[in-house]
Amino acid sequence: MNKFKQQFLAGPYLIWIIGFIILPMIMIVGYAFSGSDGNLTLEYITSIANETNRKALGLSLELGIICTLICLIIAYPLAMILNSMQIKNQGLVVFVFMLPMWMNFMLRILAWKLLLSKNGVINTILIGLGLSKINIINTPVAVVLGMVYDFLPFMLMPIYNSMTRIRKDWIEAARDLGAGSITIFFKIILPLTVSGIISGIVMVFVPSLTSFAISQVLGGGHVLLIGNVIEQDFMQGMQWNAGSGLSFVLMIFVIASMALVNSFDKEGEGTAIW
Amino acid sequence: MIKKRMLSATLILALAVSSLAGCGKSSSSKGSGETLTVLNYGKYMDESVIKQFEEETGITIKYEEYESPEEMYTKYKAGSIDYDVICSSEYMVEKLINEGEVLSMDYESMDNYKNLDPSILEMASSYDKDHNYSVPYFYGTLGLLYNKTELDAETVSTWDCLWDPTYEDEIIMENSVRDTFAPALIDLGYSLNETNEDHLNEALEILKKQKKDKIVYGYYVDETADAMIGEEALIALCYSGEAAVAMDENENLAYSVPKEGSNLWIDSWFVPKSCTNQTNALKFLNFLCKEDIAQKNFEYVEYASPITSVVENQDSEVKENEAINPSKETISRCEIYTALSDEEAALYTKLWQELLSD
Repeated sequence: MNKFKQQFLAGPYLIWIIGFIILPMIMIVGYAFSGSDGNLTLEYITSIANETNRKALGLSLELGIICTLICLIIAYPLAMILNSMQIKNQGLVVFVFMLPMWMNFMLRILAWKLLLSKNGVINTILIGLGLSKINIINTPVAVVLGMVYDFLPFMLMPIYNSMTRIRKDWIEAARDLGAGSITIFFKIILPLTVSGIISGIVMVFVPSLTSFAISQVLGGGHVLLIGNVIEQDFMQGMQWNAGSGLSFVLMIFVIASMALVNSFDKEGEGTAIW
Repeated sequence: MIKKRMLSATLILALAVSSLAGCGKSSSSKGSGETLTVLNYGKYMDESVIKQFEEETGITIKYEEYESPEEMYTKYKAGSIDYDVICSSEYMVEKLINEGEVLSMDYESMDNYKNLDPSILEMASSYDKDHNYSVPYFYGTLGLLYNKTELDAETVSTWDCLWDPTYEDEIIMENSVRDTFAPALIDLGYSLNETNEDHLNEALEILKKQKKDKIVYGYYVDETADAMIGEEALIALCYSGEAAVAMDENENLAYSVPKEGSNLWIDSWFVPKSCTNQTNALKFLNFLCKEDIAQKNFEYVEYASPITSVVENQDSEVKENEAINPSKETISRCEIYTALSDEEAALYTKLWQELLSD
């Protein structure tokens, strides 16, 4: 009876997993390896090697890595500052950083478009101050900016979480034994936050590698990422096989990069957050 | 095994329920309990028209909307809902006719069919050869929306202005392959429906050069009107209806269909094979062709109506606005897109991605 109850409770999840995760995956793989006539073909898998797709994938990797690095450089010191702040309600400060995430991310990206566009808010202010305009809308710079803005909380949270787990008396003990600030950072703080850093890297790198909406809005058609190619294959060109083939290849890239990053995380704590 | 089947049955049920839940827009009808499932572009029909039809006939309308013709195609092909009547762009209608998905119509039973402008029906024969399958709903052109305080009409009377490096960062192109290729193909003297790979590559070279010369501010679709209202660019390639909306908001804007010719688009209604009640479907289409109903829809959508009386009732300012009503002379210069085969569509997509990644 008890066993039946357990199975019953798992039912909705089972339906969810099969219907919305496993079935679609099988369909993607099915489309990826078959031609429009239904025959088995590797054409769409190997199409990643043609010039357009190679360029798009290269640009996606490049922007993804840049975005991840910038997020890391911003988020790590920020997490340290947040953690060391001597205010009672630290949660509130973190809450303020998380607040933007509660707004729809497309809305925030559209807001950036208004800010950055040629006659947008930022340029109007610059001209008012007698300075020259900045023209970064519809360039990779704007896309990276949008990505960093959107994904920063995903880097900040895991790092901050791993930092709060470092007990103050460990630091004090290190000081008692004569360690300087630099030694403490490299010997205690950094090693203990590696898992957070790795979670952060994965959570920022993967969505930035596969994103298409941000590059669509802030790139204005000048920045073609692999995500855009796939979106076009499905929505404009009606080439489901080609789109699925690229999705499949992209999935391999994502899995490979996650495996690579995780290999640095020897304690296996990095997976805790996602 | 049975367990598995139960599972898939539940799944299908859940999907069906959720997709039906989205279309409960119509009010409850007091009549026969008959329903009609209508699929149309978003914001493309006055809601009071639907209500009026329901009151007059007792047929309940399940009204569904979509964004792009490709989305419509996917929705229709998925087959989870039996659509009775669908409105879409001419090339998609043609594609579905070619695939044998469209039922022929009995225009005899539609006494308002005579309200349609014969010259538009004539144009529609490019995708519906013997007038068996479709009823035009709205139409318009592809052209240039420009800022008339900075540019004179002479400059934008030809597509050549799109390749002029003096307009650095000042031109918005369409983020759709056929519309952006159209000016290049026309300038080369080819048809809009060109499928010869060499000719298309020539067009691609022009567009690549345009991009390399930094003339293109962006490849936009929905943002075009907003960007032009905000005067972010001087010239934008866009559809007439969209141009009319932008011109309402900013009086510095004007619309031109270049002399070399352009694209004429016609959105049409058709009855797909999935239709469960053809009589009601035709009743609905007949209703849409009624003069006062077409007038209501025109006032809501503000695109060119193929119903003769709607145009006649407009004041001269609207009548002569090229962004709303293309003149006969303009139409004579225009060409309608024809449907591409799967291979041709793949070729277009490939060239398009090559341009964007360049």
